[in-house]
Amino acid sequence: MATATGNGTSVIKPDFESGRKHFIFSQEHEDLRESMQAWVKKELWPHRNEWEETYWPTSAMKRAGELGFLGLCFPEEYGGQGGDYFYSLVRAECMSYSGSGGTNMGFAVQTDMALPPVHLLGTEEQKRKYLEPGLKGDKVACLGITEPGAGSDVAGIRTSAIRDGDEYVINGSKTFITNGTRADFIVLVAKTDPNERHAGITLFVVDLKDENGEKVPGFTVSKELEKMGMHASDTGELAFEDVRVPADAVLGEVGKGFYHIAWELQGERLVAAAGCHAGAERMMEKTLEYAKEREAFGRPIGKFQAIRHKFAEMATKIEAAKQFTYSTAWRFGNGEYPVREITMAKLYASRIACEVADECVQILGGYGYMKEYEIERAYRDVRLNRIGAGTDEVMLDVIGRSYGL
Amino acid sequence: MSVVKDNGARATLPPFGEEHEELRQTVRRFVQKEIAPHVDEWEAAREFPRDLFSRCAELGFLGLKFPEELGGQGGTHLHDAVWVEELARSGGSGGVAAGLNAHTSIAMPPIFKFGTEEQKQRWLPAGIAGEKIGALGITEPGAGSDVASLATTAVRHGDTYVVNGAKTFITNGVRADFLVCACRTKEEGGHGGISFLVLEREMAGYEVSRKLEKMGWHSSDTGEISFADVEVPAENLLGEENGGFKLIMANFAWERLLMAIGAVGAMQRLIETTVAYAGDREAFGRPIGKFQAIRHHVAEMATKAEASRALTYNALRLFHEGQDCIQEVSMAKLMTQRAVLEIADQSLQIHGGYGYMREYGIERAVRDARLGPIGGGTDEIMKEILGKTMGL
Repeated sequence: MATATGNGTSVIKPDFESGRKHFIFSQEHEDLRESMQAWVKKELWPHRNEWEETYWPTSAMKRAGELGFLGLCFPEEYGGQGGDYFYSLVRAECMSYSGSGGTNMGFAVQTDMALPPVHLLGTEEQKRKYLEPGLKGDKVACLGITEPGAGSDVAGIRTSAIRDGDEYVINGSKTFITNGTRADFIVLVAKTDPNERHAGITLFVVDLKDENGEKVPGFTVSKELEKMGMHASDTGELAFEDVRVPADAVLGEVGKGFYHIAWELQGERLVAAAGCHAGAERMMEKTLEYAKEREAFGRPIGKFQAIRHKFAEMATKIEAAKQFTYSTAWRFGNGEYPVREITMAKLYASRIACEVADECVQILGGYGYMKEYEIERAYRDVRLNRIGAGTDEVMLDVIGRSYGL
Repeated sequence: MSVVKDNGARATLPPFGEEHEELRQTVRRFVQKEIAPHVDEWEAAREFPRDLFSRCAELGFLGLKFPEELGGQGGTHLHDAVWVEELARSGGSGGVAAGLNAHTSIAMPPIFKFGTEEQKQRWLPAGIAGEKIGALGITEPGAGSDVASLATTAVRHGDTYVVNGAKTFITNGVRADFLVCACRTKEEGGHGGISFLVLEREMAGYEVSRKLEKMGWHSSDTGEISFADVEVPAENLLGEENGGFKLIMANFAWERLLMAIGAVGAMQRLIETTVAYAGDREAFGRPIGKFQAIRHHVAEMATKAEASRALTYNALRLFHEGQDCIQEVSMAKLMTQRAVLEIADQSLQIHGGYGYMREYGIERAVRDARLGPIGGGTDEIMKEILGKTMGL
């Protein structure tokens, strides 16, 4: 995220010697891709089925932190690798090899949702306290926006943080919080002025556990939620009852939280888009392998025109989503703030991922419906993308409004 | 950190850069001034005036990618891409674009790429100057996508080929001065027996047998041409005898990319037109664009258009770099031709009754766009190619 608000002076031009890889990626990106992919295949993929039952272990994030995979585009002084924004995409694409949507989501919440605001808005002290251990994987982070009564309509949230002397007192509840049942801290969206809508919103970074690993007074995980998919990821409903935080827990500016979150969502959506095209690509590869082996009526089913054309369509959609995400990332990484394109890319990629998942289930037939082929899981996992990080309908509204409609 | 807002600033998306943007502005001004106002008239006349070729030539637009020694501008395919995209975006006529591009990007490139020096000098300077108009003849009444079954024959007698057969759906076919024509030079069927000859309209036995009426592309002329014992000198053989299939393939990539780029321009135009209309037109007390259903329609259209642009520009970049890009080009062709048709249809829906009326140009956009999934290789052929690249 370091370059997300860059000054645009170092605009990346197309590299006509870049070969088949996209021009936003350098050889360093490709080297990292190779090593991270190998790690994901070796240390995450073998556990994908087990983690559906147990959630991904916190030790896996610690391990990713040790290897530097959590801090790819954060500055070195906080333990990051100092890379540019495009490493976020490489990371998201590599994670698709884990075969576990839930694990990918848990990690992405850490690296692309909760930590970027701490990095960009945080005080030196907040960065030392949260960003540094976050990048090491010593602390797990979550992001608290959605509430039982307010999701897409962020301005309608009701969790309050009322100033009381040198402290704020937090009351309210958050739901659908990824990493919420185990997180050490939360980047929390609350109303410091409950009478205002947008202008009353402030971000906080709040410890959920004390130094002994016990939940802070007044904070409880009121529910561990069961979901359609993403089973490897824990999702919590969180309750705050007179949770007291010092005044310096404010992240960014008081009353500017809505805009801070609007910014955070851009990076989140772009990375979600990358996860979607990469996930779709993994599903298609797996299904392609099947279509070449599985025989019916005397030949591999992939040799039937109907099946072959399905692959042509899937591959085209995936390539379009990928190029769209890359060109939008190029803008974002160069210091533009292309809300319209990011919104479109997220909408497009999450839809095509769902379409590809469904088509893969169809091609795999009965096997596709069975657990052991893991496509039905991908189908369930990927469905979240049209809801999370802004629903399709919210995306369409944002895009339409960007045209003045 | 202060509040960050999208100020609308956007850098030019690669592979285009500043020099291309200058050309884009020049093309836009020309198209808006000298093409767009006449489109209705040309559509009704079922052709645009032949003068348009010479006018475009005067401004250098026909020779953008050809070297200066042939009268061209010495640019690259990227310059041509700008021209094609802008022609679609500001001109709004599939027919005009088709006629001009069939000449510059479909008929002339094979001569440039496969012709001898003498052949180039014979046709290209005149073509680039707009004095001679070219067309490419591949499709026949009995063979379209399946080029291996071409039936037009060219039999060699000494220094002459005798050509018999017919070509159809030939853009510029009615007015073309020279036809880069695929013929069978070997009895055996298949890809191996095809050769290209350059035929000229004054040759005896060369006859434009019909001017075809079409669903759209009204301002371009589409001809059926027949050949009865046309004697073609052997020096008009383009490339190697029986090596014509290679020429067909070489041209397809650029033709398909151009179709994709044209569609990107056409989509941009449709979205701009539709946004303006939806913002102006009132119903039930507010602009129709303020209804969520319409706003979402527009958002869907725009998303499809921008995804198409990203896919196409990357394929163009690969092509420009000389990379193997058959997969990306086929994808871009497949996606964009459907996308522009869908967008044109959505635009028609938003424009309602006005969209259905001729004067708004929207119904024309729908009719023009419908050719996309057929011409330059059908959707089904694109999928076959893609399936093959995936080992299926």
